[in-house]
Amino acid sequence: MKQIKFLLVGVLFGIVLSKSEVISWYRIFEMFKFQSFHMYGIIGSAVVIGIVIMYFFKKGSLKTYKGETIIVKPKEKGIAKNLIGGIIFGLGWALGGVCPGPIFVLIGKGVVAILIVLLGAVLGAFLYHVTKHKLPH
Amino acid sequence: MDYILQPWPWYFAGPMIAFCMYLMYYFGKKFGISSNLETLCAIGGAGKLNDYFKFDWRKQKWNLVFILGLAIGGLIANDWLTPNQTIALSAQTVQDLSEIGFANAGSTYLPDEIYGVNTLFSIKGFLILILAGFLIGFGTRYAGGCTSGHAIAGLSSLSFESLIAVIGFFIGGLIMTWFILPYLF
Repeated sequence: MKQIKFLLVGVLFGIVLSKSEVISWYRIFEMFKFQSFHMYGIIGSAVVIGIVIMYFFKKGSLKTYKGETIIVKPKEKGIAKNLIGGIIFGLGWALGGVCPGPIFVLIGKGVVAILIVLLGAVLGAFLYHVTKHKLPH
Repeated sequence: MDYILQPWPWYFAGPMIAFCMYLMYYFGKKFGISSNLETLCAIGGAGKLNDYFKFDWRKQKWNLVFILGLAIGGLIANDWLTPNQTIALSAQTVQDLSEIGFANAGSTYLPDEIYGVNTLFSIKGFLILILAGFLIGFGTRYAGGCTSGHAIAGLSSLSFESLIAVIGFFIGGLIMTWFILPYLF
């Protein structure tokens, strides 16, 4: 029962991603073709409001429900890992038209073929950790 | 009610995504989906093959519950909130897609050319799906985040690493869309 709040946030996020058509392969294609403002507006406005929220996290005026200070863990350093990893992810994002969130939303939508994408993604995550000591970071 | 049933505009969706991010931090966690892929590896027994996956996946239950919520949200939106499944793409996008072999672009959420059941059971269709997934899973774990962790939460916290990652997302996405997709179909 302690977890139900995360379920509810997930449901809300899933509905938002569906209703704003972020889960549509076509919208991702259109974004990379620079033919619509839609996706840029979504990501851009989320980040602008996110910056304000994060500012209040750092200032300490927004806390957790338990009253604790929110500390956002910094991402791991490394130009190579972020750039090369990012490029590989971008290739998959544009090919499949999905990032990880929409994969799970589309399962709920009843798209059978997305299960193959999920399988590939799990294998990809596994293979990264098997080969990471050989990769530049 | 009519507003809910229409496609949601960017200026409503973007702030709602930021609000979801806020709620995850408010509840003492973080906003990032792709780490679930590692948790799924661990559940599947990957710890037997690689020490990285020997972590206690039960500690990640909150994030698994979150993605279960995503699926339920997808079901609710599909069955009750989206009577009209067409996507109002730009005319240029529809034309560009028809030129590379995608018929009726925007008549549904997903193209049959990639997500149709007949495509799934063809060798080429299956390989495209599994390759797309592989690139997504490998790339996000290499970069340490996806669109939620890097593009939304990372850029919001003004992280230089996330900016590099998002630039990478776009380099990869542009290469695929402009130089590879036209030759795949």
